[in-house]
Amino acid sequence: MKLKGAEILCEALLKEGVETIFGFPGGALLPLYDTFPQYPQLRHVLVRHEQGAAHAAEGYARSSGKVGVCLATSGPGATNLVTGIANAYLDSSPMVAITGQVARPFIGKDAFQEVDITGITLPITKHNYMVMAVGDLAQVVQEAFHLARTGRPGPVLIDIPRDVFMEETTVSWPEKVNLSGYKPTLAGHPSQIKRAARAINEATRPVILAGQGVAISGAYDELRALAEQAQIPVITTLLGIGTFPESHVLSFGMLGMHGMAYANMAVDASDLVIAIGMRFDDRATGRVSGFAPKAKVVHIDIDPAEIGKNVRVDVPIVGDVKNVLKVLNKLVESGDRHEWVRQIEDWREEHPALWIRDGDDLIPQFVVRKIYEVTGGDAIIVTGVGQNQMWAAQHFYYDRPGSFISSGGLGTMGFELPAAIGAKIGSPQKTVWCIAGDGGFQMTLQELATAVQDRVAVKIAILNNGFLGMVRQWQELFHNKRYVGTELWGPDFVKLAEAYGIPGLRVTDRVRVTAAIEEAMAHDGPFLIDFKVEPEENVYPMVPPGASLGESMDAPKKRAEAPADSAKLPVSNI
Amino acid sequence: MAVTKHTLVALVEDRPGALSRVASLFRRRGFNIESIAVGHTETPHLSRMTITVDGATTAVEQVRKQLDKVVDVVKVVDITAENLVARDLALIKVKATPATRGEILQIVDIFRANIVDVASDSIIVEVTGDEDKVDSLFQLLRGFGIKEMARTGRLAMSRGPLGPLQGGGKDAPRGRGRKG
Repeated sequence: MKLKGAEILCEALLKEGVETIFGFPGGALLPLYDTFPQYPQLRHVLVRHEQGAAHAAEGYARSSGKVGVCLATSGPGATNLVTGIANAYLDSSPMVAITGQVARPFIGKDAFQEVDITGITLPITKHNYMVMAVGDLAQVVQEAFHLARTGRPGPVLIDIPRDVFMEETTVSWPEKVNLSGYKPTLAGHPSQIKRAARAINEATRPVILAGQGVAISGAYDELRALAEQAQIPVITTLLGIGTFPESHVLSFGMLGMHGMAYANMAVDASDLVIAIGMRFDDRATGRVSGFAPKAKVVHIDIDPAEIGKNVRVDVPIVGDVKNVLKVLNKLVESGDRHEWVRQIEDWREEHPALWIRDGDDLIPQFVVRKIYEVTGGDAIIVTGVGQNQMWAAQHFYYDRPGSFISSGGLGTMGFELPAAIGAKIGSPQKTVWCIAGDGGFQMTLQELATAVQDRVAVKIAILNNGFLGMVRQWQELFHNKRYVGTELWGPDFVKLAEAYGIPGLRVTDRVRVTAAIEEAMAHDGPFLIDFKVEPEENVYPMVPPGASLGESMDAPKKRAEAPADSAKLPVSNI
Repeated sequence: MAVTKHTLVALVEDRPGALSRVASLFRRRGFNIESIAVGHTETPHLSRMTITVDGATTAVEQVRKQLDKVVDVVKVVDITAENLVARDLALIKVKATPATRGEILQIVDIFRANIVDVASDSIIVEVTGDEDKVDSLFQLLRGFGIKEMARTGRLAMSRGPLGPLQGGGKDAPRGRGRKG
């Protein structure tokens, strides 16, 4: 039987287990949209801007573990996806982005809404395709999903000309994917694993640095077994949050620029770093030349190119984290490292990073802590980028993989609302809180309409400080408090929500925080709370740019005591 | 002195965009590539890229691993440490007057190069050899006035019986078909 290209695409998506597509139609996609009514199993979520489609697909992927799918028309539709694709690339999220293209005879003619999207996305996709023959479509879709979800996951783009959707062919479904240039290494090299085990058994001050690779690999239990068996403190990266229960006695929070001081000190003093499914991002390592100066480094990652890229590695292990840990755990001896653990606990006593100061003023840390208390920690938190992201990472305690969804590598403001919508659709039984700043929220707030139209019950907490807070913090600390371009007027967010048909509340003091959160949770549908927080609150601890992890700064006791020489701190890589 | 010039051989699926994927990778990662030569191989649908990289300015192992991640790259090997045949081909159009032509022909003869075109006031010399040989000939001909030159960049192959999918550089066991 002959099928049209559009039908082949829909059938292929169903074969890959796709249930939801985040999309926005357009001329080049008309033949595809015309086919959707034949496939009611595919839910199409209409976004208000294609960037929202890409972020929603990523939020969906990270909350469900499935491949997120976004869809945009040619030209501006395709270019609007770019930020979301780049975000998924840097955060290794499985995504397939499908774009319409002008009909084949028009390609290269600068036709209406033509853009070279495969060229544009070359450096931000794991791979991309332009389908020039309808006979290739079935195989391309299968390969794209295989590439997106296996190995180190990532976004794959498929560009399909309008006339390919309309062309008919007798489709033959390929049996299995055969890509001679793509064979991810899943099992770690046995002799390297042995070397790693020996290094662990000999170490007196080891730390585990757990990254998102642990979540992607589903190695939550294996990580916990390793830590408990050998009594190794576990520290996570930003995206590694939730891969090890933060309520565990061996959990010492997050490392990095706004990591816990005691976590950074532990890395600094360690004699062995066991890096698992993480990539030594500069925000995690601080100054690389001063990173863990006394430590040997064991690095487990599925991507061989990550090993030795930023940090010198003594024991490299390429493989899937779960597979590697299963073998490694058999070789690791039980250890008693209570002196080392107690040392880090002492540092925690001395540097209570997560202490929330008393007072009546509404501070953002207090809001995040109350969301934790009201939800009992049983929620998915999706954040924006900047101060709100760091407070959400620090003051909520995460015990499950996938409970913290954030834009790590690219740092995309505006990620929060569409990603939260996608996360809620991916895990409908979960409570999803979108923790936003007033800056990032204004970048993609048009997706409120998507939440209403598709009945997506996201709860939105805006930590509204009237500033682009993280940039303001840097201006305060490193540019003599010259606030340039960071004071931020915003609309009345409660009225704005009302205009979208979403109930909202404004909270200006601590007393009303809990009741507002409870009201939001009790409401069956999207809900927005505008928390008017202290405008000039800073995120601490902080490793100043250019400093090493050992030079973490605690919050000043009072604001007036901010380090006088802070303007002299080295500035690099803003 | 340590050898800093590395020769990488990549077998690449002969698909549209494969070359731009590789070129884009070099640009984006800031890899400094000295030369790249691309052409067909003994296997249909596979192209061979010979890439030379200065190890003093670029982390060659990163180049190899990042290349290996490109889905269209089937295999990439650093063959620097092997016993190599390395060749560069150049076409050099040099000014030649009746007075200088004899001397040019002598030089060309010494280098076992060929004259492939003769015009009233110029000749085209074709030379094949390693880079040093091509460089030396170029230097000698420079005095006569060079009108134009085109070079292929290095082509290289390991000596011995093994083909590119069987042989490999010092890190071949880790370099074979490994993707992340």
